[in-house]
Amino acid sequence: MGVAVQVEGLTKSFGSQNIWSDVTLTLPPGEISVLLGPSGTGKSVFLKSLVGLLKPEKGSIILSDADIVTCSEAKLYEIRRLFGVLFQDGALFGSMNLFDNVAFPLREHTKKSETEIRRIVLEKMDMVGLAGAEGKLPGEISGGMRKRAGLARALVLDPEIILFDEPDSGLDPVRVAYLNQLIVDLNAQIDATFLIVTHDIGTARTVPDNLGLLYRKHLAMFGPREQLLTSQEPVVQQFLNGRREGPIGMSEEKDVAQVEAEMAALAARGGDQHNGVGPKGATGGDAVPPQLEPSPGLPERRAVRRRQERVARMLHTFDPATAAAIRESLPPDLLARADAGVFASSPDVAGRHRSPDEPPTSVLPGPRGQW
Amino acid sequence: MSAGDEPKAPGLLDGKLSPTRPLRASGNLFAFALDVARALPRRPFQVREFVQQTWFVASVTILPTALVAIPFGAVIALQLGSLTRQLGAQSFTGSASVLAVLREASPIVTALLIAGAGGSAICADLGARKIRDEIDAMEVLGISPIQRLVVPRVLAAMLVAVLLNGLVSVVGVAGGYFFNVVLQGGTPGAYLASFGALAQVEDFWSGEIKALVFGLIAGIVASYKGLNAGGGPKGVGDAVNQSVVITFLLLFAVNFVMTAVYFQLVPPKGA
Repeated sequence: MGVAVQVEGLTKSFGSQNIWSDVTLTLPPGEISVLLGPSGTGKSVFLKSLVGLLKPEKGSIILSDADIVTCSEAKLYEIRRLFGVLFQDGALFGSMNLFDNVAFPLREHTKKSETEIRRIVLEKMDMVGLAGAEGKLPGEISGGMRKRAGLARALVLDPEIILFDEPDSGLDPVRVAYLNQLIVDLNAQIDATFLIVTHDIGTARTVPDNLGLLYRKHLAMFGPREQLLTSQEPVVQQFLNGRREGPIGMSEEKDVAQVEAEMAALAARGGDQHNGVGPKGATGGDAVPPQLEPSPGLPERRAVRRRQERVARMLHTFDPATAAAIRESLPPDLLARADAGVFASSPDVAGRHRSPDEPPTSVLPGPRGQW
Repeated sequence: MSAGDEPKAPGLLDGKLSPTRPLRASGNLFAFALDVARALPRRPFQVREFVQQTWFVASVTILPTALVAIPFGAVIALQLGSLTRQLGAQSFTGSASVLAVLREASPIVTALLIAGAGGSAICADLGARKIRDEIDAMEVLGISPIQRLVVPRVLAAMLVAVLLNGLVSVVGVAGGYFFNVVLQGGTPGAYLASFGALAQVEDFWSGEIKALVFGLIAGIVASYKGLNAGGGPKGVGDAVNQSVVITFLLLFAVNFVMTAVYFQLVPPKGA
C-alpha cells in the first residue's frame, strides 16, 4: 500500500513573489488524487516541493515519519526513492536510448544482474505499451511515447508515491484516454499513492478519488471527488465546466459586478446544464460521472474500499448534495454503519484534511474588489 | 534570508540592487565547489562517465590547443629573436623561449582553451539537461547530479588541462625552434644547448600545477553555471557566456597569484 503524504501549512515564494500559502492537504494512501488549477498557480511548483526539489519557506510535508521540508540532504535522497515522478516531457536522458533510460535507476541503486535488469525493464516497457522501442533515442520518438517511457522509468523502482505533471499535455484525446486507463490500471496493480496535476477536466472527473483546486495562491478546496464535482463554489464550478463566466479571468481576477453579470447571463441561458460542452473534456452540469474501472482481468483497486470507509466516516460533514452523491457510491454495509453513527466518534481516522470539527474548506476570500 | 511572514510589496530594488548580491553569487559558487569536494570521495566513483568526459573534453580541446600553441610559440620566438639580437644575447634565445613557453604561455593557452572550449561545452551540456528537466529527474531518482555528473567532469577537465599543458609546452617549444632556426637563421646547436641555461624543471611543474588548478576552476564554474541555467534555451546561452567570462577572469587572476607565489618559492636560476 502506498504511503500517505501530509502537507501542512505549506507556503512557497520566489523572492518577494508569493506562489501559494498555507496549503494543507493529505494524500490518502493508495488513492488517486488530482490537483487542478488555472495556469500559473504553481501546481508544478507544488509537485517539485513534494519531492524536495524546491524548499518551501513554511509548513511541513510529512511522509513515512520524515519531513521533506526540513530533513537532511542524505535523508532526502533516501526518501526520494519512494517517489516516481513523471515530468511533463518525460525528462528522459537525451544521450541514452529508452532501455538505458528505464534501466538507469536500477543500475544506479541496485546490484541486480544485467539479465534481471533486462527482465524488469522489458516488463515495465511492456506495461506502458512500449515493447519493441527499447533501442530508440528520446529524440526519435513522439511526445506520447516519451511520456510513457518516462512513466516506465518512474515505475521501475516500485515507488510508493507517483506524481504526474500534466500527463495529458500534448496528447490527443484517444491517447489521453489510454493513459488515464493506464493510470487506473497501475493503481490497481501496485496500490501506490497517485497525484496528478492536470488541466484536463475529463481526467479530473473520471480518474481520481480526490480532487483539489489551487486558485489565487491558496488551495481553494481539496476533498473526495464528489465534494468538488457537486460543489456550489463559483471557482470550482467555473473550472470544472471550463467556461468563461465566473471569477477566474484571462490574466487577472474580474471585478465582482462583472462576475455577477456573467453569472446572471449564464443562469438565463439555463445554467451549466445548457451551456454546452467546454474545452478539455469539460461538460455541463454537476453530475458525478462514474469513475474509471481497472481493465478486466486486473485486481480490484484496494484503495476503493479504503476510500469508501474513509468517506463514510466523514459523510455527515458534507453538504447535502455531496453527501447524496457519496451515498450513491457507498456499499450498503458502510452506508448502514454511517447512518448508525458508528463512524462519527473517530474523526482522526478519517484523514486529517477534513476532520468533522473543521469548518468546510470551501471558504474563499472575496475577489479583490470587495476588500 | 527568510521570506518574511508578510509578502513584501514588489519594489524597484527587489534585492536586485542589493550591495551583497555579488557576494551571494560568489558565495554560492564557493558552496558549490565545497559540495563537489564533499561528493568527490563518495562511492561509487563514476569511472565510465569520467572516461567519457575526459575523451569528450580532450576531443574538443586538443586540436584548437595545438593550433593556438604553434603561432603562440612562433610569436614568442619572433619577439625574442629580435630582442636578443638587440641585446646581443642570441645565445640565450632558446633558453628564454623555453622559459616563456613553459612558465606563462602554456598555462595561459591551456586556460583559454580549457575555459573557452572545454568549459563552454560542459556548461552547454549540463544547461541543456537542466532545462529539459533531466537534472530534476535525476535528483528525483535519488541520484545526486553533483556526484554523478559534476565530479567526473571536474576531474576530466583537470586531467585534460594537465595533458594539454604538456602538449602546449611541446608544440610551443617546437614551434619556437622552427621559427628561430628555420626562419630567423638561428643556430640549432645554440638554441638547444641554451635550454637549460635559464629554465629549470620546476618551471615545468609550476605550469602543470597551474593547469591542474585551471582545469579545476573551469570545471567547477562551467558545472555551476550549467546546473543553474534557467529560462529556456536563452538561459543556456547566457549561462555558457557567463561561464566563459567568469572562468577567464578567475583564471587570469589565479595565474597572477600563482606566478607570484612561484617566484617566492622557487628562486630563478642563478639569482
